Amino acid sequence: MASAGEATVNASHVGKKKKSAARYWENPQGESKDENKDVEDGDQTETTEKVDQKKTQEAKKRKQEENDMAGKKFISGKSDPFPGPAPVPEDRIQKFKRKNKNKMPRPHPKLRDIIRQSDKASEMSQEQAARFDLLLPEDAGFLEGDEGEDTCMISQEDIANAVDITSGAKHFNLKLSQFGPYRVDYSKTGRHLLIGGRRGHIACLDWQSKQLMCEINVMESVNDVKWLHSESMYAVAQKKWLYIYDSRGIELHCIRKFNDVLRMQFLPYHFLLATASATGFLQYLDVSVGKEVAAICTKTGRIDVMCQNPYNAIIHLGHHNGTVSLWSPNQKEPLVKMLCHQGNVRSVAVDKSGTYMVTSGMDKKLKVYDIRAFKPLKSYFLPAGASCLSLSQRGLLSAATGDIVQVYRDVWSTPVTKPYMAHRAQGAVWGLQFCPFEDVLGVGHGDGFTSMLVPGAGEPNFDGLDANPYRSAKQRQEWEVKALLEKIQPELISLDPHELGQVDQASFKQRHQDRVQALGFDPLATEKFIPRHKKKGRSSAGNIEKRKKQVAHEDQRTVIRRTVEDKMKIQQEREAREKKAAVLSSQKSALDRFKK
Amino acid sequence: MKVKVLSRNPDDYVRETKLDIQRVPRNYDPALHPFEVSREYTRALNATKLDRVFAKPFLASLDGHRDGVNCMAKHTKSLSTLLSGACDGEVKVWDLTKHECVRTLQAHEGFVRGIVVRYCGTSFFTVGDDKTIKQWKMEAPGYGEEEEPLNTVLGKTVFTGLDHHQNQAVFATCGQQVDIWDEQRSSPIRSFTWGVDSFSSVRFNPVETELLASCASDRSIVLYDMRESAPLKKVIMKMRSNTVCWNPMEAYYFTCSNEDYNLYTYDMRYLDRPLTVHMDHVSAVLDVDYSPTGREFVSASFDKTIRIFPKNAGHSREVYHTKRMQHVICTKWSADNKYILSGSDEMNIRLWKANASEKLGVLGPREREARNYNQKLREKFQHHPQIKRIARHRHLPKNIFHQSKELRIMKEARRRKESNVRKHSKPGAVPVVSEKEKHVLTVVK
Repeated sequence: MASAGEATVNASHVGKKKKSAARYWENPQGESKDENKDVEDGDQTETTEKVDQKKTQEAKKRKQEENDMAGKKFISGKSDPFPGPAPVPEDRIQKFKRKNKNKMPRPHPKLRDIIRQSDKASEMSQEQAARFDLLLPEDAGFLEGDEGEDTCMISQEDIANAVDITSGAKHFNLKLSQFGPYRVDYSKTGRHLLIGGRRGHIACLDWQSKQLMCEINVMESVNDVKWLHSESMYAVAQKKWLYIYDSRGIELHCIRKFNDVLRMQFLPYHFLLATASATGFLQYLDVSVGKEVAAICTKTGRIDVMCQNPYNAIIHLGHHNGTVSLWSPNQKEPLVKMLCHQGNVRSVAVDKSGTYMVTSGMDKKLKVYDIRAFKPLKSYFLPAGASCLSLSQRGLLSAATGDIVQVYRDVWSTPVTKPYMAHRAQGAVWGLQFCPFEDVLGVGHGDGFTSMLVPGAGEPNFDGLDANPYRSAKQRQEWEVKALLEKIQPELISLDPHELGQVDQASFKQRHQDRVQALGFDPLATEKFIPRHKKKGRSSAGNIEKRKKQVAHEDQRTVIRRTVEDKMKIQQEREAREKKAAVLSSQKSALDRFKK
Repeated sequence: MKVKVLSRNPDDYVRETKLDIQRVPRNYDPALHPFEVSREYTRALNATKLDRVFAKPFLASLDGHRDGVNCMAKHTKSLSTLLSGACDGEVKVWDLTKHECVRTLQAHEGFVRGIVVRYCGTSFFTVGDDKTIKQWKMEAPGYGEEEEPLNTVLGKTVFTGLDHHQNQAVFATCGQQVDIWDEQRSSPIRSFTWGVDSFSSVRFNPVETELLASCASDRSIVLYDMRESAPLKKVIMKMRSNTVCWNPMEAYYFTCSNEDYNLYTYDMRYLDRPLTVHMDHVSAVLDVDYSPTGREFVSASFDKTIRIFPKNAGHSREVYHTKRMQHVICTKWSADNKYILSGSDEMNIRLWKANASEKLGVLGPREREARNYNQKLREKFQHHPQIKRIARHRHLPKNIFHQSKELRIMKEARRRKESNVRKHSKPGAVPVVSEKEKHVLTVVK
């Protein structure tokens, strides 16, 4: 048991730290402090009352202790100062909160329990996920200049020298001056790199170990290159047709349905390869079954600006008239058309969360849009205009102007005045992409390929079941089977990817309309009354008309009768209510006014 | 200049030796897992399809009877033992794990009408058309000994049903009247009649062990208290009920199988209307048995199918049939909630899985996890039209399919006619009677 002296020490210590939280064990301690004061005072002038009070307090304390002992068995004699699981900070839970809460106006009592239970379960899982967040092994990279030093003035060599050897080796140049300029693509895990030179040179390599997987020359101009779902296959948009090669450079398919392709995007969860062509066609190829899913004529001429929204798999196309249009394979018309620039759109990029879109145009502007609300957020002026844009997983924006690559930070939240980093490549930049899960930016230019170090670009912690850079061949095979099994059908692509999980609150009218459209006739329609033909001159035109009117009146009468009944019912209810209220008010007694 | 670049040590992410399992670092950040809902939906769709692919409920057929199987009884202590009585008076004891008959005895002349195992599991009772009640030992007679009953009671009339008390040496039979017997005596200690000529089934309540329910041929279901001299109350329905079964968990509910193709679940406190009318059979329902969890029951019908109903659903969740199975006379739900047994006219007893697509045997932890996950997914997306369609689809024999269609049309016609009559008569003269109230005539106390 703690003695009185110890109690004072504890009390002062606790008092210094904080006083906010009221704990059940504080009460007896406070009392003991009072007692100590009393003892220290040691005045002989203590009244008997005080002594009594003290005695009662002591008795109380003893009683309380006894109660405590009875309630819980303390092994060491001390209670746990932080009972229960540690609280999780609200902001961390917020990260795992799902936005779409089903708010039904008045759910059925049976449903209410189910909804409550599922809400509870999801809250618990969110909390557990937030708790698990603490255990993630890696932290994101960063770059901070000394006082007066601009981070954009730090050269790549300096960074490569300052960091450890393996990271330093991630900055390298490939001097390929013959077949440039180069397009660049990193695989989904960030492990493999594919570069395609304008003049037909294609190489894919494991860029971290610098191992060349294959190198071919297709003897034709190459417009774009793209990895498919894994590093075993890639698509190449050549002069005329679209080709698919495997990782050893063997031609697997030549797809003649896809001609004059300029840009490609791969939707990894849908296994769709979206291509934009010089003829103005946007086509979708399902690479798991090899079928063309949709071919949409955009009627806007040559399309060479394209990107995907990773949040909802919508394709964004940039056009010559300064508009950006949003497409899904389910609709022949664009979902949205936005006028973003005066003059040509040169490049478009969408961030991972699907909230922001960055565009650059011939008017030398760089604009940031909120594409959930379709509103412009920021507009920057770049002296030379940006030809290529790329967004990293953690929201860094790289923009290439001529042969200079600039990286910006926080373009959508704060007005940016100068870049975070800058680098001059050997030739005009043609391809630009951040490597997933690495602090690396791949730059394809006229003189080959440059791998830049951009600290803070990549997501530090990957999910092993989704995209694992360290996966073995066996793991990859397993992942491939799983991914194919849960391939999302192209019909499910829409602006809001959570739509499927929400309650369909279509009105009766709407559903009825859909039904009529699907069936081709109205199943609820009342049959039109056709009077039977009667003989002996009783089917004269006037007679028929009369009979028709009779039936029509009959129908009308039922409707009128029903409405009158309803009205009467409502009136009766109201009268009953009023009567009740009157009775209640008449029962008021004179004493009621003293009641509160 | 301060700089840090992402640099992972591969040793933290790959396994050390080939004998280890692969490392799978997780990050549950929703931003790394886009299309959450669509992917879950796809998984649910796959799970539903696989569920139907793996739905192979038929396990075994136990043959050996030389006439139709008329009644069955579960062993009260052993999961693997089943007793069955046939129309030629033969009783067989089955080992369900080996799918073989372990003992055969000629118990009665004519039908074996009822069979029940004593609560201790050491003996069982049979009644037959020869007006006798016989008690038999559970273990087979030794070598050279003759098969003889422990006890034989000769009654005055034919017995049609039999049930044993949960924990006392008392059993009940039905026939011309419901009799309560003490095992030690040769005459009933009590007999109940209420102006009817015969009863078809009698059952003890599993919780309020002194209560009984029985089905009578005057279309009524009668409730008794064993301690009283007169019956408690009865409900008279439009058609005759064949059997009755108490819900073992909520023992104030019972379900009866009726001749009008339906089953009715009643609350014994409020007999004036059933809680649920279970429709789907296209012929008379002959037997019903609850699962030990009380959440579902199985019914056997004259239409050559057995159906599984959730206890509060109006329609069945599952229908089992085979080409060779004829009119199903009796059915039982096994005590471990995994199997269903059905005895039918063509002399066979069939063993079915209660959950058609369930994998039998011990599940590994990952298997179990996957199963639970798939089950939850199916439940979550069960109302999506595509998934609902696949999960609901069952193949039916052609005649049953057409018959159910015909019944549906007939019902619709009746409803239409009624509404027409209502339209053309004085308001209030033809009241709307709900489906539940339609089938109950009166409650007598």
